[in-house]
Amino acid sequence: MREMIRMVVVLTVLSAFSGGLLAAVRNSTQDQIENQKLVFVKGPAIETILAGASNDPIVDRFKIMDGDVERSFFVGKFDGKAETVAFECFGKGYGGDVGLMVGVSLKDDAVMGVSVTTHQETPGLGSKAKTDADFVAQFKGTPMKDAVKVTGDGGAINALSGATITSRAVCFAATEAGKVYQRLKPQIEEKLKAFK
Amino acid sequence: MAKSIAQEFAKGLWEEIPPFRLVLGLCPVLAVTKTVENGIGMGLATTFVLIGSNLFVSLLRNSIPAKVRIACFIIIIATFVTVVELLMQAYAYPLFLKLGIFIPLIVVNCIVLGRAEAFAFKNGVVASLADGLGMGIGFTVSLGALGGVREFFGSGTLTFWEKPAFEIANYAPSFQPFGFMVEAPGAFVCLGLMLCLMNLVGSE
Repeated sequence: MREMIRMVVVLTVLSAFSGGLLAAVRNSTQDQIENQKLVFVKGPAIETILAGASNDPIVDRFKIMDGDVERSFFVGKFDGKAETVAFECFGKGYGGDVGLMVGVSLKDDAVMGVSVTTHQETPGLGSKAKTDADFVAQFKGTPMKDAVKVTGDGGAINALSGATITSRAVCFAATEAGKVYQRLKPQIEEKLKAFK
Repeated sequence: MAKSIAQEFAKGLWEEIPPFRLVLGLCPVLAVTKTVENGIGMGLATTFVLIGSNLFVSLLRNSIPAKVRIACFIIIIATFVTVVELLMQAYAYPLFLKLGIFIPLIVVNCIVLGRAEAFAFKNGVVASLADGLGMGIGFTVSLGALGGVREFFGSGTLTFWEKPAFEIANYAPSFQPFGFMVEAPGAFVCLGLMLCLMNLVGSE
């Protein structure tokens, strides 16, 4: 009996210590990890969308509360004017959430470019959403107020062959981005003034 | 004690070098050593876990009841692995992206558990630290070497810090990489040949 209690006590104490240590490490690395994700995961996507911007969109960013979600917006300056923002939206793909960075030009309320950030889609099929430049190029110029759909659903986007679900996920994320944009446009404009 | 601290340290470098001599922990060895960089990164992460787990297992060896020792080892090892994972995300994100799932898998790496069970649980703190450090360095060197050979023949490059430091194509333009070497079977063949070489050298 004594031994039994000892086993339970040792395991409990050990687990408690381990939990405490992990919580401490997590707390102290959280900001740094967030930063690294910005640079290495969202960074390349933002760079493709806002290529040619005169500022660093990862530095020039702001946050807006949308209901109870906090959204990050990345500002792109062109010709000295801050009239472009990029932000991330998600769609349900074949293997999980597909993250889509959407760049919007505030001047003409249209998509400036999109790029996939994170996904767990099938390599070689759905994963092309991230690598196939022709696929994402189709989104360019789409008005933000319209729902984006693949051709099979009556839209204008040619789906990736063999990856309809992924293509739909990307379209869903783009549509979602449109809704978010329309909801938050006044606030975005307000925040953008700080970058002029 | 039968061996000196220096001997405990040195045995991990040649005599019992993992994974060649111990032939333990092959999962990360086969999967990760496609490039020198990945191999060394994985080796360093494992070294950190090895030292940490050896230290704590040997410190606590008198308070851990023998019946639940494996569970205790796993708690200690898993804690260190998670610490490594977080640190790597914070300070070496590109490497983390490449190693991905294999970082959490260090928990079940037989070398770490094997050293805890076979060495740290029976020896003092200093000897266990020396053992962990030696094994870790041995593992890092092995993975680096394996990664180097595989990358050299399989892709025709040697990469350090994201930049190709050496490309065969610059010296021999007609070189065709052996794609086989970067596949898992290539890793087995490469591991076997290197072990064979080591045995040849060692038997003289």
